[in-house]
Amino acid sequence: MVQHTRLDASFSALSDATRRGVLEQLGRSDASITELADRFHMTLTGMKKHVGVLEQAGFVTTQKVGRVRTCRLGLGRLEEEAAWIERYRQLWAARFDALDAVVEDLKRKEKIDE
Amino acid sequence: MSNPTTVDRTSEREIVVTRTFDAPARIVFEAWTKADLFKLWWAPKSLGMHLRSCEMDVRVGGGYRLEFGQDAANAMAFFGTYTEVTPPSRLVWTNDESDDGPVTTVTFEETDGRTRVVLHELHPSKEALDANIGAADGLPEQFEQLDELLVTLGASA
Repeated sequence: MVQHTRLDASFSALSDATRRGVLEQLGRSDASITELADRFHMTLTGMKKHVGVLEQAGFVTTQKVGRVRTCRLGLGRLEEEAAWIERYRQLWAARFDALDAVVEDLKRKEKIDE
Repeated sequence: MSNPTTVDRTSEREIVVTRTFDAPARIVFEAWTKADLFKLWWAPKSLGMHLRSCEMDVRVGGGYRLEFGQDAANAMAFFGTYTEVTPPSRLVWTNDESDDGPVTTVTFEETDGRTRVVLHELHPSKEALDANIGAADGLPEQFEQLDELLVTLGASA
């Protein structure tokens, strides 16, 4: 349902052994596309494609400095959304705790008035 | 022990917040529709939020305006119009501070003297909701304050 397309992107990104290897590698340290291509015995173009898929799914972020594009692990889109929802929940929980106090107060006043 | 607050993304365009209160709907509804009560809880002190002003004309076609911030220079305004007002069970308002703001619907369901509040925020598009979620710098200031608070709490824990 809701997160179908995102899940699809996540799963298809992870369905490839090279891409899983790249994530494992980036978990140890950041690396340039060239370094990744060397390590996985691939052409630069091939590695760029894999990194692109991982980037689309939010698993990897890249930054180009000069002629070198450095890759690092990104916060996954689902993770990002979960974190946002948690912050949103904290806001509403705090609001509703305060509303609870207001409501209890109104209830007490009503009892006194009766 | 307070009742739990839940938040769910129920569709590509919608966020739903729920909470039950130990009071009849007319009392909870009152706290949502009288400015002097509303301002006591909408900007909870526990989050370091400061509500500068709060004007509410709760009737169909009536407007509201909330201003947050410590001073006028840093004020952040939220405003819109009430499109449905059905005491004590339903409130609908628009959020007009941006072009693609959501429509907020709040329902108050009373059972055995307790009231379940369900707040829906329906965004005009998936992109509009995603933009809220995606961009860290697009978060309203209260989230930043909340983050700061959480960091402080985490540090002292």
